[in-house]
Amino acid sequence: MWVFARDAPASGPSFPSRRETMAYNDYDRGTFCDEMFDGQGAPWPWARPLQTCIDGLPEGELSKRQQAAERALFDMGITFNVYGNDEATEKIFPFDLIPRMIPSREWDRTEAGLKQRITALNLFIDDVYHDRKIVKDGVVPEEILESAEGYLPACRGIDPPLGVWCHITGTDLVRDDSGQFMVLEDNLRCPSGVSYVLANREQMKRTFPEVFAASRVRPVSDYPGNLLKTLHEVAPGNRRDHPLATLLTPGRYNSAYFEHSFLAQQMGAQLIEGRDLTVQNDVVYMKTTQGLERVDVVYRRINDDYLDPRVFRPESVLGVPGIFEAYRKGNVTLVNAPGTGVADDKVVYAYVSAMIKYYLGEDAILPNVETYLCWEEKARAHVLENLDTLVVKAANEAGGYGMLIGPHASKAERERFAELIRAKPRNYIAQPTLKLSRAPVIVGDRLEGRHVDLRPYILYGEEIRILPGGLTRVALKKDSLVVNSSQGGGSKDTWVTEWEGGVSC
Amino acid sequence: MLSRVAESIYWMSRYLERAENIARYIDVHSNLTLDTPGMARNNWSALLRVTGEYREFTERYAEESPANIIRFLAFDPSYANSLVGSMNQARENARSIREVISPELWQQINSLYHMLRTDPPDPDRSSQDLYSFFNQVKLMGLSFGGIVNDTMAHTEGWQWFRAGRLIERADKTSRILDVKYFTLLPSSEDVGAPIDQIQWAGLLKSTSAQEVYRTRYGEISPRNIARFLILDRDFPRSILHCLNRADEAVRGVLGTYPNHFQNPAEQFLGQMCSELAYTTIDRIMETGLHEWVDTLQSNLNRVGLAIHEVYFSA
Repeated sequence: MWVFARDAPASGPSFPSRRETMAYNDYDRGTFCDEMFDGQGAPWPWARPLQTCIDGLPEGELSKRQQAAERALFDMGITFNVYGNDEATEKIFPFDLIPRMIPSREWDRTEAGLKQRITALNLFIDDVYHDRKIVKDGVVPEEILESAEGYLPACRGIDPPLGVWCHITGTDLVRDDSGQFMVLEDNLRCPSGVSYVLANREQMKRTFPEVFAASRVRPVSDYPGNLLKTLHEVAPGNRRDHPLATLLTPGRYNSAYFEHSFLAQQMGAQLIEGRDLTVQNDVVYMKTTQGLERVDVVYRRINDDYLDPRVFRPESVLGVPGIFEAYRKGNVTLVNAPGTGVADDKVVYAYVSAMIKYYLGEDAILPNVETYLCWEEKARAHVLENLDTLVVKAANEAGGYGMLIGPHASKAERERFAELIRAKPRNYIAQPTLKLSRAPVIVGDRLEGRHVDLRPYILYGEEIRILPGGLTRVALKKDSLVVNSSQGGGSKDTWVTEWEGGVSC
Repeated sequence: MLSRVAESIYWMSRYLERAENIARYIDVHSNLTLDTPGMARNNWSALLRVTGEYREFTERYAEESPANIIRFLAFDPSYANSLVGSMNQARENARSIREVISPELWQQINSLYHMLRTDPPDPDRSSQDLYSFFNQVKLMGLSFGGIVNDTMAHTEGWQWFRAGRLIERADKTSRILDVKYFTLLPSSEDVGAPIDQIQWAGLLKSTSAQEVYRTRYGEISPRNIARFLILDRDFPRSILHCLNRADEAVRGVLGTYPNHFQNPAEQFLGQMCSELAYTTIDRIMETGLHEWVDTLQSNLNRVGLAIHEVYFSA
């Protein structure tokens, strides 16, 4: 198994300059698995070109480059809107210049694990809305499906093109102190963040051109092309020759608006809002200066329940009345398909390894994080007794909301969650507080360790295509475990570097 | 092209042009006041009339001081047509169509927007800062057209950008002319005096027309200036030029032949062009310049409404 062994000695020549440099001679690796340094404080072998480069920089240059990169992101308007402030505030998604590196051999294995997982999840969703064999065979309890918030009865019996439901997925991976990548969440509903991957990469190519060549980094720039290809592949069967693919956004006040417009621009696809569309005779059209034009694929970045006021929330003004019926009749493809949220439920998550075994007859390559389901009596008792060491999550919340980090929470907060769990056990799960791996970030002119996760992006059309690496999110607050952009997180570029050597040093 | 997108490009372009013109007014007036001691205050009040929203000013400010007027026209975000207000709206429109405009255009809009927010000069302090600041805004304003021409495909979006910019510019040039004639000339005892010459020259300057005018007409005369700014076919800020190019842009959307029309928007704009093409400055003066400008502005509004009806509210 390719893991970072924390205490293994460094291989290869040592770098005498390391101890003298300003940047990280006092870097505190702590007791965590570190993405850049081994147990001896030497960079992992695949990170050496980067280290050599940083060593060669004159004093102050690192923070200068950091500032220049931030300035560039701001000028380019690569920003997100912050919810909950009085006025719509635009911020850049904080970006740290030191890339997070993953050696290619470790990545290849991770990629295989992601493919396996998404294949099983997709079969599961299809099964949920058809025969429910997995329930009949006693692998997943039926009440879990019916009570999942993302479950949509309206989707029963629908056959999306190619049988694909979750076209775009952003699985969250973490590494604990064992060094092993584990799946934290599956994010099957319009995951965001890929635009930052692409923008960060552009910045990094400008900032560290020297290291790039030396590190042999796998490119990510073909993502928009692959996304468009995927959208075309899943167009309704009779429209596949010249399909018109669009990206549906809630509009420019949405927190991810930058990403919507960026992806549309990169793909050369129309960026549309609900009011740009009209449905006539169960066919979707967009309103142009020269009349109506038929739309075949809608990559929608609005939630299921806002999609169509006739079927879901009647008050939604973001959606398109009649689009669901057009979808059900196969006249338009919705990406992701409505209803995928059923597999996004954190209780259902606990069954993914079983799904992989059930549908594919394989063992899961990527393990789950150990999960206690509060609806099970024994597990609930354990959770309630150990709230100070566990992380409790609401089964259907995303973005770091509705979460309790036991060790960091006050007694009052823990008691509040205990109440919540007792009131609605089905809604909560708990996991051990992971010692998430850390990566160095620039703080002033020094490097300090911060916790990170990884969100790779998976496209599912005629084949499964995975962007090498993904979005590395960083909890910028010291010791914080929450990496979400809405909660003070930042990002790093993620480099999958060609590395033939062993990964366990 | 999506109706909503076309509309956003059109308005983005109009607001960018509006912002640039405000910088022009202030730039030229700061300059003028140095040459016309004693006239300074009168001059600054005239600026308020250019924008046509004198009442908005008096609602907000007690004193018509130059600093207050600059603050109002340039930096008051509560006044939608101020420089800052126009840029906010231009940027909001641009933000909603980022996938359509070039990254370079977005970046330049963003730079100007941030410059206005983070580094505005203090109107109470030296005019040195003001001068270089507004000059820079003007230059950035000019760069928008260049960026659009050289980075966007010359297809429908580009036509809407041109249409918005040119219609806005025709309107602004007519307002500048109107103010000079209506506000200053009849009430001033300085007709033909050196001060007046300087003022007329200032008017040319605020439309970047001084040099071109000089090579064409030499001496400064109010009649020739009006003729130049209204009827010149070649000067990019003259009204006839703007209308001809706007007509071309709007027809370009559907590919309508010159002198033909398929809808009221094309019809009204074509009518305006023809009228101007076959009139003379003497005819305009007979009508009265102010009355003529009034008619022009309501015709421009009619074109704007027709564009909205035909193209943007599908």
